[in-house]
Amino acid sequence: MKDAFRQSMSWLHTWTGVVVGAVLFFIFLTGTISYFDAEIDRWMQPERPLHAARGSVEDSLALAVRRLEKVAPHAGEWEIELPAARGTGLSIAYEDTEEQLDAITGEPVHYRSTGGGEALYRMHYQLHYLAPRIACWIVGICAMFMFVSLVTGVIIHKRIFRDFFTFRPGKGQRSWLDAHNTLGIIALPFHLMITYSGLIFFAQTYMPLVMTASYGSGEGSQQTFFDELYGRQPRTLPAGETAPLRPFRQILEQVALHWNPQDARYVRIQYPGDANARILLGRAPTEPSGSVERLLFDGVSGQLLMAEQPTRSAVGATRDVLFGLHRGNFAGPVLRGLYFLSGLMGTAMIATGMVMWARRRNADHASAGTTSTGVGVVERLNVATIAGLPIAIAAYFWANRIIPAALDARAQWEINSLFIAWALMLLHAHVRPRSRIWLEQLTIAAVLYLLLPVLNAFTTQRHLGVTLLEGEWALAAIDLMFLAVGLAFAGTAIKVHRTMQSAGRAGTTLDDSSFAEVRTS
Amino acid sequence: MTVSARYRLAVLSRIVAAVLGGYVFATSVAILLSRAIPLPRAESALTGQLLGFVLYACAVVWAFAAKRAQWAWGGLLIVSLACGAVAWLIGMPVP
Repeated sequence: MKDAFRQSMSWLHTWTGVVVGAVLFFIFLTGTISYFDAEIDRWMQPERPLHAARGSVEDSLALAVRRLEKVAPHAGEWEIELPAARGTGLSIAYEDTEEQLDAITGEPVHYRSTGGGEALYRMHYQLHYLAPRIACWIVGICAMFMFVSLVTGVIIHKRIFRDFFTFRPGKGQRSWLDAHNTLGIIALPFHLMITYSGLIFFAQTYMPLVMTASYGSGEGSQQTFFDELYGRQPRTLPAGETAPLRPFRQILEQVALHWNPQDARYVRIQYPGDANARILLGRAPTEPSGSVERLLFDGVSGQLLMAEQPTRSAVGATRDVLFGLHRGNFAGPVLRGLYFLSGLMGTAMIATGMVMWARRRNADHASAGTTSTGVGVVERLNVATIAGLPIAIAAYFWANRIIPAALDARAQWEINSLFIAWALMLLHAHVRPRSRIWLEQLTIAAVLYLLLPVLNAFTTQRHLGVTLLEGEWALAAIDLMFLAVGLAFAGTAIKVHRTMQSAGRAGTTLDDSSFAEVRTS
Repeated sequence: MTVSARYRLAVLSRIVAAVLGGYVFATSVAILLSRAIPLPRAESALTGQLLGFVLYACAVVWAFAAKRAQWAWGGLLIVSLACGAVAWLIGMPVP
C-alpha cells in the first residue's frame, strides 16, 4: 500500500517535471540572473561614470522636480527613483517616459538604450513576445507544476538526511540521481519559497473567485480589498485647482521622525500642481517585510496622512514577507550571492531532472531493443535548453556591445538577439547528429562566455583592466563571472569529448554520465 | 510493455480530476475559509487565497494517490460541494 503510494507520487513527480521542464529552466535561470539586475544594468551601459556620484536626497529631489516641471508639468503622476547603494542612478518617470538624470547637474544623460538586467527580470514572469495576461497564465501553470513536483519530490524521498551527503560521481544514472537529489534538498526551503511566493504574486489572477466571494465582482472591488488589507485610504481625486507643491525640505524633516530620510528609495508624486497633490515616499527595505514602509503626505500642506507599517495582521505580514523574500531587495551583497547560488541550484535541479528522464528512457529502449523518436526529440530539446539558453543569454550580452549605440530600437534588438540565438540552437540541436550536439553546444557556450570579457575590453573602457584597478567590484565581478561560466562550459565540453573518445574506442554507445558534475559546479 | 486502453483512460481521468477537480476543490475550500474565518473580511479572504495553492497541490496528490480514479473524482467533488454549500449558507460578509 505504502509502496503503491510512493510509486504513484514518483510518476507524478516525473511527469510534472518533464512536461514543463524547459519553461521552468527558462524562468529559473532568467530569474536567478536578475538578482543582479542593477549590476547588469550598469555593465550594459558602459557610458555611465565608474564611480556613481550621489548627492543628498534633498538635492536629488530638487533636481528631479526641476526637470519634471520642465518636461511634464501636466502629467498626472511623477515618479522619482533616487540613487542607491547598488549603483543605480537618479531617474524620473512620467506617463510612459523614463529618463536618467545626472546626479549632480540634473541634466538628462544619454547612455545607450538597453534591455539591461530589467529585461531578464521581466522575462522570468512575462516571458516575451506574448500578451502579459497569456504569459502570466503560462508561468502560473508551470509554477503550479513545479510546486506539485517539489511536494511529490519530498514525498518519494526515503532518506532526506542521508541524501544530503550522498554524491557518487562517475556512476552514470546513479550520479545523475544523486546530483538531482542533493541540489533539490540543499536549497529545498528556497525552492519551496520561490515557487509558492511566485504563485502568490498573481494569486488574484489565478484564483480570482476567492476575493470575489467576499467582495463581489463589481468594479473597484479588488481595490477595496487591498485598501482594507493595508489600511489605506481610498484614492483621492484631483481637486482641479492649482496649488504649489510643498518644498521637499519640510517633508524630509517629517520623514526623519520615522526613518533616516537618506534611506528614501523612491518618491511618487500624484497630481503635481493640484490642490490635492499627494507625495508618497518609499524606503529601501532592510528586511523582507520592509518593502511596505511608506509615508504618504499631503503635497500642498505637507501634512503626514499615513505611515504604512510592516506588520498589521498576521496574514498580511505573511504575504509581505513572501514577496520580500522572493524579490530579495533587502539582501546585502553576501545574501544576494546566496540567493544567486540557490537559484542556480534550482536551475541545475531542473536540468538534471530533464536529462535523467531522457537517459532512463533511452536505457529502457536500449534494453528492449526498440527506438523511440519521442525520446530523441526530448533529448535534443534538452540540449537546446540546458546549453542553448545560456548561449542565448551570452548572445544578449554580445549584442549589447556590438549593436551600434545609436541604432533605433536597439534595446529591442538586444532581446531579439537572445531569441534568435536560442532559435538557432534549437535548429542546431535538431539537424546535427545526436551524439555530437552536447559537445558542440557546450563548446559554443564556452567560447562565447570566455570571449565576453575580451569583447568588452575591445569595445569599452569598462573592462577588467580598468574595473579591477579602480576597485569597481560590481562590474569586475560580472566579467569574472563570464570567465567562470565559460571555464565551466569548457571543462564540461572537454570531459564530454573524452567520454566520447573512450566510448568510440570501446565501440559502445555514448554514455554522457560526465554531465553530472557540470550542473553541480 | 503494453499498456491497455483502460489504463490510459484511468490515467487521463485522474489528470482531469487533478487539474480541473483540484482547481474547483481548492477554490471552494478557500472560499469557505474566506467566509468562515472570524477575522476582518480582507484578512480572511487573503488567508483563503494564500492557502488556495497549498490546497490545490494537496488535491493533485490526492487525485493520483486515491486507489481508483472514481474515488479521486468522488472525494474532490463531495468536499467541493459540501464546502460550496456551507459557504453559500454563510453568505457574503458585510463590510
